[in-house]
Amino acid sequence: MQQILFNGLVLSASYAVIALGITLIFSIMNILNFAHGQMFMVGGFAAYYVYGRFHLPFVVGLIVATIGVGAIGVLFEILFFRRVRRAANREENSILLAVGTALLLENLALFAFGEKERGVPDVVDGVLRVGSAYLPAGRILILAVSVALIAALLLFVQGTKIGRAMRAVAQDREVTLLMGVDIDRISAIGFGIGAGLAGLAGALLVTLSGVSAGMGTTITTKAFVMIMIGGAGVVAGSLLGAVVLGFAEAIGYALLPGSVTYLMIFLALIVFLIVRPQGIMGKPWG
Amino acid sequence: MGLNLTRSDARATAVLPVGASGEPRPRRNILALAVAVAMAAALFVVLPIGLAGQPYWLSVATNANALSVGALGLWLMFSIGRIDIGQAAFAAVGGYTTAILTTRYGLSFWLCLPLSATAAAALAAVIGVPILRLRGVYFSMITLILTEVTRLALLNGGALTNGAAGITGIPEAALLDTPLRFYLLSAALALFAALLTWRISASRIGSVFRSMRQNEALAASLGIDVTRYRVIAFALASGLGGLAGGFLAQSQQNIFPATYTISDSISFMLYCFLGGLDYVLGPLVGAYLLVFAFELLDALQRYQALLYGILMIAVILLVPNGLLSLGRSRTRR
Repeated sequence: MQQILFNGLVLSASYAVIALGITLIFSIMNILNFAHGQMFMVGGFAAYYVYGRFHLPFVVGLIVATIGVGAIGVLFEILFFRRVRRAANREENSILLAVGTALLLENLALFAFGEKERGVPDVVDGVLRVGSAYLPAGRILILAVSVALIAALLLFVQGTKIGRAMRAVAQDREVTLLMGVDIDRISAIGFGIGAGLAGLAGALLVTLSGVSAGMGTTITTKAFVMIMIGGAGVVAGSLLGAVVLGFAEAIGYALLPGSVTYLMIFLALIVFLIVRPQGIMGKPWG
Repeated sequence: MGLNLTRSDARATAVLPVGASGEPRPRRNILALAVAVAMAAALFVVLPIGLAGQPYWLSVATNANALSVGALGLWLMFSIGRIDIGQAAFAAVGGYTTAILTTRYGLSFWLCLPLSATAAAALAAVIGVPILRLRGVYFSMITLILTEVTRLALLNGGALTNGAAGITGIPEAALLDTPLRFYLLSAALALFAALLTWRISASRIGSVFRSMRQNEALAASLGIDVTRYRVIAFALASGLGGLAGGFLAQSQQNIFPATYTISDSISFMLYCFLGGLDYVLGPLVGAYLLVFAFELLDALQRYQALLYGILMIAVILLVPNGLLSLGRSRTRR
């Protein structure tokens, strides 16, 4: 039982990094980043090459993954999403475009990295024993980095000028523009940070579950489940969603065979959405 | 010019009858008839004669027809303004319906095909009631998850679905013993799906659908039972998906949980808006173009998925209204 709780905690923390990234992009730009899982995957490969292949310190891998994937996010915003937002024809177009970027990124990765699943050696050795649970040091590291990161991001969004501008854009785009905020710049930064978070989460988790070019859709699906549980676009909701999913997955994997866990989670989600379509913390529409 | 009539008028306001926007009704109907006849001629005369003696290409065209059926269904969802990333789920449901009924119960394929469509439509009607309450990206997210749920359910379906091993050895159907006959059936299904979709979009229901795309709350305030109509749209769309799935299961004679994944759902979407979301013929044009392009450009097959991604982005940025809109702007302006 303690083991399950610990596993759930580690999963929750790393999922929260994913959920925060997709929420940031969604609330600032009103774009659902379908490529989030693919960005996670690219981050995982960055860490694999830097740390696993070139044997540089793991921290370097994390930094490269964050900045590299963040740059991809900024590029997507400038090259694609900005243009569609300006054209402002059908709302569907931004969703379709996001799906297109996911397809593009996944297949580029398939070409660049192949289909093979890759893993890296442990970053830190040792196992802690608490009660009946084994706590590998690697997982504790993931937990610590994730929590620190979430705290840093929340402080950034709450306390800095750019963070304030982001929250303003999320609340009302036009009024923020009238207040003299460079919306294009804030959008690019927001997309960059959101994508960077995905890359960083991927780099962190490569130590735990490895990385393969085809894993993106699974991660995107998980991110969607989290924000649908918590309420899309609400930061606290996305954290709550991550905790719910993390623990559900940890408990499910301990009790149920393989793929049944996610089948159950999905079915539970659909039933939950019948009762509360806007998620736990989302605002009801209309 | 001939394409204009199949255009569902995007600017039609709320519940105006179709005849009141765009061209007068009789003229539209005559043009529609002309396009239908031209399409039937292309499907039943030009293609079979052109591809006679080339069973491989005939089977490519068969595939394009079947995918068109699923894409035409999805087009109906686009017409109510929903992005449905779950069409592959209903193709899988249709495929498994045919596979299970033919192999386990010895039912005739000719009976299973309509049953596949019915099963998919019925399932869509049931789950549509809760999930259609979700709008915009929320609906897209849940339909994407639906594709995944279906795959996992089929994987864990025990004796009924035979897990990852899938169902193989679907027996050959009566009368369907040559590639040409398979092709003719697929062509008939594609024509049926196109006529059905056109008929719906040109009728009052089509206007209701478009009004819902523009503003669901406003449509509801005019007395339209939006809950009912969006379930109808979803059931029709998914029914066509099931029809395509049933046919494809028979033509491939096997089906697995991995036959239909999220990327298949996305391909259906791509067919739709490559052709153009404002045109009933859009999905058909899109499916034919993509399926044939990749068969013709043999060297490109390896890059198919990558090119789909690039194409998807390029179409949205460069021709956001689809390829058929290019012809229109030339003739009109």
